[in-house]
Amino acid sequence: LSATPETPKEDGRPKWDNKFQYILSCIGFAVGLGNVWRFPYLCQIHGGGAFLIPYFIALLFEGIPLLHLELALGQCLRKGSIGAWNTISPYIGGVGVGSWMVSVLVSLYYNTVLTWVMWYFINSFQEPLPWSVCPLNENRTGFNEECYESTAVNYFWYRKTLNITPDIAESGTFQWWLILCLAACWAIVYLCTIRGIETTGKAIYVTAIFPYLVLTIFLIQGLTLPGATEGLIYLFTPNLDTLKNPRVWLDAATQIFFSLSLAFGGLIAFASYNPTKNDCEKDAVTVAIVNSLTSLYASIPVFSVLGFKATTAYWDCLDRNIINIINEFDLPEESIMRQNYTSWISFLNSSYPEKIAGLKLKSCDLQEFLDQSVSGTGLAFIVFTQAIILMPGSQAWAILFFIMLFSLGLSSMFGNIEGVFTPLLELQIIPKSAPKELLSGIICLISFLIALCFTLGSGSYWIDIFDRYAGSVPLLVIAFFEVIGVVYIYKIKRFSEDVEWMTGRKLNLFWQITWRFISPLLLLIVFMAFVTLQIQKPPSYTAWNPKYEGFPMKEEKVYPPWVQAICVLLAALPCVCIPLVALFHLVKQKCRSKEPSLVPPEVSSCQGANS
Amino acid sequence: MLRALLLILSVVAIAHAELCKPDAQNAFKVRISIKTALGDNAYAWDANEEYLFKAMVAFAMRRYSSRSTTQISNVLLCNVTDRVSFWFVVTDSSKNVTTVPGSEVEAAIRMNRNRINNAFLLSDKTLQFLKITSTLSPPVEPSTPVWLIVFGVVLCLIVAGIVFLIVSGIQKHKKKNKGSTERENLEEKVEVTLENGIPCEALDLKAGHINGVFAADDDRFTSL
Repeated sequence: LSATPETPKEDGRPKWDNKFQYILSCIGFAVGLGNVWRFPYLCQIHGGGAFLIPYFIALLFEGIPLLHLELALGQCLRKGSIGAWNTISPYIGGVGVGSWMVSVLVSLYYNTVLTWVMWYFINSFQEPLPWSVCPLNENRTGFNEECYESTAVNYFWYRKTLNITPDIAESGTFQWWLILCLAACWAIVYLCTIRGIETTGKAIYVTAIFPYLVLTIFLIQGLTLPGATEGLIYLFTPNLDTLKNPRVWLDAATQIFFSLSLAFGGLIAFASYNPTKNDCEKDAVTVAIVNSLTSLYASIPVFSVLGFKATTAYWDCLDRNIINIINEFDLPEESIMRQNYTSWISFLNSSYPEKIAGLKLKSCDLQEFLDQSVSGTGLAFIVFTQAIILMPGSQAWAILFFIMLFSLGLSSMFGNIEGVFTPLLELQIIPKSAPKELLSGIICLISFLIALCFTLGSGSYWIDIFDRYAGSVPLLVIAFFEVIGVVYIYKIKRFSEDVEWMTGRKLNLFWQITWRFISPLLLLIVFMAFVTLQIQKPPSYTAWNPKYEGFPMKEEKVYPPWVQAICVLLAALPCVCIPLVALFHLVKQKCRSKEPSLVPPEVSSCQGANS
Repeated sequence: MLRALLLILSVVAIAHAELCKPDAQNAFKVRISIKTALGDNAYAWDANEEYLFKAMVAFAMRRYSSRSTTQISNVLLCNVTDRVSFWFVVTDSSKNVTTVPGSEVEAAIRMNRNRINNAFLLSDKTLQFLKITSTLSPPVEPSTPVWLIVFGVVLCLIVAGIVFLIVSGIQKHKKKNKGSTERENLEEKVEVTLENGIPCEALDLKAGHINGVFAADDDRFTSL
């Protein structure tokens, strides 16, 4: 009986339409929002061009080896994360369960960030943009107070979008507009992942390539803006002194690690749909290099726009001072321009010092405006939106920018969902006769219902918690055990034979050294340093409180004990799976009291699986 | 005669000077920024523009109910600077040497602000009456917020896509099932046994089993 044309592989496993789809999916998974809003910020605060040195060292010794390991593993064993680790050894199956759990937690909050992007996108079709003007207060004598004291963009973000509460303990109410957008986002995710890689493989052509187009458009536009060169010089001027600070090396290592989306299980799932005779080594190097180059490429338009914004703010400051002086001394218009401002000031200060002092002029310093560095949601929704208002044709730029952010996040969501979907499909949670569409529908529906709690007033505080605790420490632990598991339990000799069989050439010494010693050591050091830094001070957050004395500065608050317990739970739950599953199998083995063997059966190797 | 006239004029001038000076009672300061508003098309501020200004203020006062007899000569300007800024005051036409209360002037200007701005091709920001705040125009809000419309469009597209994919998946599933049952039927037909190239079912007739020639001639044989 010959196989039916729909599933050419004998084991009925779906496969990629072509190699390009697979590479594009991996790149789309790795390239996400962090490349746009975290890497440029790190470059800026850690000495500009000098940051590239620890970044590329981390890429070479930590990023590429771990990526190669995951892709080779998935391709060889042709199973999702849970199945793959169970195949290597049931005692280390906990690593797969941990990966799966992290993928679930990250999917929940990541899609809520996309909800915010979608909200801004659908609000970009108005003229004027809703975040450019303050609304009036009730009796129309002035502007809304909260908006007037901060800025219109801040008001739109904190009040009109999040409707944020002043404290994490106050949950507030559900924001119905966010619920609508959340439903739309999960519907889009369902639409694209409905049949697994059959549908994501088609969608990835758009979501992975479109951001590059928009980045190029922004690059061209950004370089033509006044002040762009100042921003770029500021970004890339290397300050080699910062390399003495160990914090810089830690940030480089963590940035590479989280940027490549390692230890989620999504990469293993993607690689498992490959034919076994595929050059995973070349794939890994390609994906890692494209990811880093994208980060660099994205930082150019980001910093052009930031330089433009700083320059505009500097000119506004100067203009305000000039108007005040002209009004006070009744000088004719345009007598003081920006160019001769300093000479005029010195002249007036010597002749009428009391009058000048009485005006309380603000000191305008371009460097100070450039120094205001922001990362994360603040960069996208506050700083960038403010810059977009100043550009001509702001609606078009806003629409392009938010579609780009949405595509970047969506392609990363595909990887996250695949990391959840593939293991569940293999565990046969639903009967085999039921269609795949049902499983993906159930996953999206349950995730949507759980993610509703992020649409509360305190939702963004919770997303910060998930980001800081669920999406950081567990990944380091899981990656460490991944390397240990492959190198010391599966045995590096067998693994190198498998890779040799798959790629068709002998495993390079570089991989042997990094997998055996350098990468686990680096991961251990990074994990220790990370945890040490976290526990040095009690975990705190900044809250937006209009009643705070220092408003519009954000108020620094400490998490209440029950929230801290949840933080610990989020970080510990995926990690604790590893020893729990090992213990469970140990107990099961002892109960059965057959010959306990840690040596995995010989059949689970690449050559044996598919011949 | 001439001396009397000069005396009266000087008294009037002094009286005017008393009424219009910076920070006088019921006086308002005006600040005009022509170059900011008009750029290259800016006009120069001269006596003719001042005359127009006086005319506009008088016009505003006349439109304001109780001051319909205000004349241009009732509006006094003073302290014109290069900025351009000056003070003005409106004298009462009925009573001598008194000024109209500031509240009435303010109300009249506010009512006609748009006309005054347009006469000079300026706006609220470039023709400033320093003590008179302008009412802010309410934002134009359509009946349905724009974002809801865009959201509706996006959601319709997504739902259409999902329905299309599910329906095509069900159709493919049905076609696969129908295809596999058709193939089963074909295989059954192939399994039919053949005899001399003729399917047995076709031979399943009494005419094939029993040869009427021999069976019917039972009488020719002698019975035992």
